[in-house]
Amino acid sequence: MSDLATDIDSAVRTVLEEHGRLAVDVASLDAEADLYAAGLTSHASVNVMLALEDAFDVEFPERMLKKATFGSIGSIAAAIAEIQDES
Amino acid sequence: MTAVATDRSLVELVAQVAKDVAGPNAASVDAEARFPHEAFAALREIGAMSALVSVEEGGWGASLAEVGLATQELGKYCASTSMIFAMHQIQAACLVRHGRSPVFAELRRRLVEEQILLASATTELGIGGDVRTSSCAVERVGDRYRLEKNAPVISYAEHADAIFVTARATPDSPPSDQSLVVCLKEDLQLEPTSVWDTLGFRGTCSPGFVLRSEGPISHVLDDPYGDMSARTMLPVSHSLWGHVWLGIADAAVDTARRFVRKAARSKPGTTPPGASRLVEVVGVHQQLADVVHTAAARFDAVAHDDDVLTSVGFAIAMNNVKITASTLVIDIVSRALLVVGIAGYREDGAFAMGRLLRDAYGGALMVNNDRIAGNTAQLLLVHKD
Repeated sequence: MSDLATDIDSAVRTVLEEHGRLAVDVASLDAEADLYAAGLTSHASVNVMLALEDAFDVEFPERMLKKATFGSIGSIAAAIAEIQDES
Repeated sequence: MTAVATDRSLVELVAQVAKDVAGPNAASVDAEARFPHEAFAALREIGAMSALVSVEEGGWGASLAEVGLATQELGKYCASTSMIFAMHQIQAACLVRHGRSPVFAELRRRLVEEQILLASATTELGIGGDVRTSSCAVERVGDRYRLEKNAPVISYAEHADAIFVTARATPDSPPSDQSLVVCLKEDLQLEPTSVWDTLGFRGTCSPGFVLRSEGPISHVLDDPYGDMSARTMLPVSHSLWGHVWLGIADAAVDTARRFVRKAARSKPGTTPPGASRLVEVVGVHQQLADVVHTAAARFDAVAHDDDVLTSVGFAIAMNNVKITASTLVIDIVSRALLVVGIAGYREDGAFAMGRLLRDAYGGALMVNNDRIAGNTAQLLLVHKD
């Protein structure tokens, strides 16, 4: 994993710890673990997204506002990397 | 029984059942809070229970728009019959769209040949009405599941051949990680915990039960409930419920029109006092019809596009349909009652509107509009288009 990717991954985990209200410890999840199975609700996923937008100073485009984007730490990190690439 | 060979459409056939069977029995269904057996016997005769099953599998292969129109026809004559029909079709939509294994193909075959009735148990005591969380869980014992749910309402539970039940996927799963289990009548025990004695939708027979079920693990649908909820349950429910309420509104507008026409006939040349208010009623009714019919068409247009179905914009649009339609129906029936006046307030006579008024209030309460508005408020925080 590149340094940048590691930074994104750990920042995503911090946001999930604060706003994801997961039933399990975020540190115990690997990047591909299903966050919905870990207790992420659609309500909490909105808060996670708002916190990510604040943390990374980005805005999620409409096309990314779907369940799959927030399905795992890896998919969230990929989405953020994609937004950063575009800007 | 397979779909009846006929050159008449599903909607035409259901409309006939609505007029000839559901209508004449509506008053006793309401008064006695009893299941509309006559209407469902007639709907089974025309194969309406398998409306959504594909033609290849022996069903009608109907679109949501067509099933919506059929629901609306029933709603004009008996809101309880219409609501049960709608709720059945919501479960049938899940079976058709998410039931991939042979077990569910077999259930569709029964839907076609036996015209079985499907119910659902989503709410649960102690979860505060949020159908996207469960407290009960699917317990797996070998190749069997076991489930116990304390449900404050299960509509027509005692008349259904199968009940689709939400539960946490496993005893270790968080409340939001839900599965949908198809509990067959022969696998089920229902212990009543309350009676259903309500203002409206009395014929839906929806008391509370402790539901216990045990059966093959293959009866748990593969897709997580959250996915089925977004892709099927939410849009199909809001569209079809809207058609129930539109049917109620149709009946109210029809009553008001008949009343004004009768007044006009008694004094030709004078515009009756209710006529101008009838203009308002018809205007609001048109809004409701447009919202509801558009909802079904919107779903049909993207029925297989998961990206659209799971998008924030689509969820907001469907939430809006629910809130708008269930609010407008009360407005329409209330305005129609003002047109008809005391003849509508009477419980007897050709213009009685009591049942319409009582049924109309149900819509805003079933999945409370304030809860849906709260969900939309949250979605609007991230919605951009």
